[in-house]
Amino acid sequence: MELLVALTIGVMTAAGVYLLLRLRTFPVVLGLSMLSYAVNVFIFASGRLVVGAPPVLGAGATMTDPLPQALVLTAIVISFGMTALVVILALGSYLNAGTDMIDIEKPGEQPETGH
Amino acid sequence: MQHWIVAPIVLPALIGPLIVLTMRHDATLQRIAGIASMVALVGITLALLVAASGGDIESYELGSWPAPFGIVLVLDRLSALMVTLTALLGLIVLAYASATGWDQRGRNFHALFQFQMMGLFGAMLTGDIFNLFVFFEILLIASYGLMTHGGGRMRLRGGVQYVIFNLAGSTLFLFALGTLYAVFGSLNMADLAERALILPDGDAALVRVTAALLVLVFVLKGALLPLHFWLPNTYALAPAPVAALFAVMTKVGAYAVIRVYTLIFPDTLAAMDGLISDVLLPAALITLAVGMIGVLGGGTLARVVSFAAIGSMGTLFLAVSTFSETGIAAALYYLVHSTLAGAALFLIVDQVRARRGNSALRVQAPMSGGGLVSALFFVAAIAAAGMPPLSGFLGKLLVLDAVRDQSWWVWAWGFVLGTSLLAVVGFARAGSALFWKPHDTMTPTADDFRIAPGATSGVGLGVIGVLLALIVALAVFAAPATRYAQSTAAQLFHPVSYIHAVMGTPEQRAAREAAEAAARAAHDAAHGLGDDAPDDGAVPQTAPPSEGH
Repeated sequence: MELLVALTIGVMTAAGVYLLLRLRTFPVVLGLSMLSYAVNVFIFASGRLVVGAPPVLGAGATMTDPLPQALVLTAIVISFGMTALVVILALGSYLNAGTDMIDIEKPGEQPETGH
Repeated sequence: MQHWIVAPIVLPALIGPLIVLTMRHDATLQRIAGIASMVALVGITLALLVAASGGDIESYELGSWPAPFGIVLVLDRLSALMVTLTALLGLIVLAYASATGWDQRGRNFHALFQFQMMGLFGAMLTGDIFNLFVFFEILLIASYGLMTHGGGRMRLRGGVQYVIFNLAGSTLFLFALGTLYAVFGSLNMADLAERALILPDGDAALVRVTAALLVLVFVLKGALLPLHFWLPNTYALAPAPVAALFAVMTKVGAYAVIRVYTLIFPDTLAAMDGLISDVLLPAALITLAVGMIGVLGGGTLARVVSFAAIGSMGTLFLAVSTFSETGIAAALYYLVHSTLAGAALFLIVDQVRARRGNSALRVQAPMSGGGLVSALFFVAAIAAAGMPPLSGFLGKLLVLDAVRDQSWWVWAWGFVLGTSLLAVVGFARAGSALFWKPHDTMTPTADDFRIAPGATSGVGLGVIGVLLALIVALAVFAAPATRYAQSTAAQLFHPVSYIHAVMGTPEQRAAREAAEAAARAAHDAAHGLGDDAPDDGAVPQTAPPSEGH
C-alpha cells in the first residue's frame, strides 16, 4: 500500500509540475489542481497509513491520526477556493487581453489607471 | 494585555464584512470605517509594542485549549515590532488611497484591505506553523483582489502571473508542512523547537529536507533570487497604493525565516549544520546585485522601484544569513527602513504617473507641480540607495558591521558597497530623466493625458511627506531603534523563554501532570472499581479545563 500511495503522489506531482510549466493558462490551472490533489494525499499519509481504524483515541486496538485529516480538510477548502479564483481571473484576463498566454511580452507597458 | 493580543486579528475580520454588507454603496462611510479601523489598530499595536518591549513573552491560547493541542498566538518583541510596522504602513497607505480616489476605481477596496491586514497580523502573531499557512493564504487571497483592483488589461495579466506563482508556493508550503508533521508529530512552533532537540539521528535527513522546503516557501515570499520573478511585474502593474502596501509582504517572508530558523531549526541544531545560512548567503548577494542592476536598467520608474525592493531584500537576507545576534539586529533595523522607503517610492511613482500618464524614463513635457514631486523623490531615493544622512545609510552600516567577523566579509562589503553605487547612479538617472531633462527641451509636446480627479491631491503628497518623516525619525531616533532591535535579537537567540511562555515552565508542566494524574485517579475511584464494564485501559485523555482565561 505504501508503494501505491507513494507512486500516486509521485505521478500526480510530476504531471502537475509538467502542466505548470506550460505557456497557456488552462493547462497551468489543471497543473495546479493536480499538485493540490497530490499534496492532499501527501498530508493524509503524513499521519502514517492505517487501514480500518477509527480516528478516536481508545475506541479500538489501533487508531489513525485524526490531525492530518483536519489539515487536509483545510487544505482542500483553500485549494478549491483558489482554483475557482484563478479560473475566473484567467478568464477575465483572456477576455480583456485577447490572449491566454501567461508571459507578458512587453513588461515595460503601463497598466491602465482604471476608471 | 491578555485578550488584546487577538484584537489585531479580530477587529479587521469584523470590520471587513461590515463594510461589504452595510456600506457597499457609500464611499464616504467605507473610508471612515476603514480609516477608523486602521487608527484603532495602530493604537492597539502600539500598546502591544509597549507591552512586549519589557521582554516578557505572552502566549494566548485560543479557546483556552492548552498548547500544543490548541492554536496559540504569541506576542514577543519581534512580532510586536512587525505588527506595529504593518499597522502604521496600512494606515498611511489607506489614507493615500482614500485621498487620491484609488479606492473608488474598483469595488471592495476597503473590505479587501481589512482582510489583508487580518492576514498580515495573523501571520506575524501566530505560534502554530499550520496556522501560519492559513494566514498566509488569507493575506494572499486579499492581495489577489487588491493586485487586480481597478482592472485593466496589463494588470489582469500581471495578476494571473502573481496568483499562479503564489499558488505553486502554497502547494510547496503544504508539502513542507506534511513532511514536518510526519517527522515531528506536532505543529506548535514551541513544541517543534523542543522536539527538534530530541529527534533520533536517523531523522536528520528528513529534518534537513523539511528545513529546505520551508525556506524555499519563505524566500519565495521574500523575493530572493532565483524566486524573485513574480515581483517586478506584480509591483509595477499593481495599483500604486497596493504596491506600497506590498512592501511589507516581502518582509513577511523575512519575518518567517527569522522566526522559524532561530526557533525550530537554529544553526546549533546538529542536523542543520549551517545548511540554511550556506544557501541564503550566495542567494542574498546575487539578489542584491540583480536588484541594483535592475535599478540601473528598469526602463520605467515603477520597475526601477520594484528592482530596488528586490535589492533591499538582498541586503536584508544578507544580514539574516549570519544568524548572529548582531546580524539579526541589523536586519530588523534595515527591515523597518526598507519597508518605509519602498512604500514611499511606490507612492511617488503614483504621483508621477498621475501627472504625466506613465512613468517611462524618457523625456516628455514637464509635469505640473514637478518640483515638489522631485523633492520627495530625491529624499526617498537617498533613503533607498543608502546615502547619508537617512536611515538607509545607518541600516547598511549596521549590516556591514554585523558581517565583519565572518570569513566572507570581503564579498559582502564588496557587493553592498558596489551595488550602493549602482543604486545611486540608477536613481540619479531616473530622476534626471523624469524631472530635469524635460525642462531642457525647447518644445514640450502637448500633454493630452487627463489627470484623474483627486489623483494629485495635496493630501496625497502630505501622506508621502509623513512616510518620509518616519524615515527621518528612524534616523534621528536610531539609538532607541537599534536598542530595541538588539534586545529583540537577544530574545530570539534565547528560545527557551519562548518555549516556556507557550508550553509552560518545567514546574508548571509538572504541576499540570500531577493534577491530571489526580483527576484520573479520582475518575477511576468513582467509576472503575467494581464495575463489570470492560475497561480497555485507555482512559480518554480529556484536557483539564485550564484556569484563568
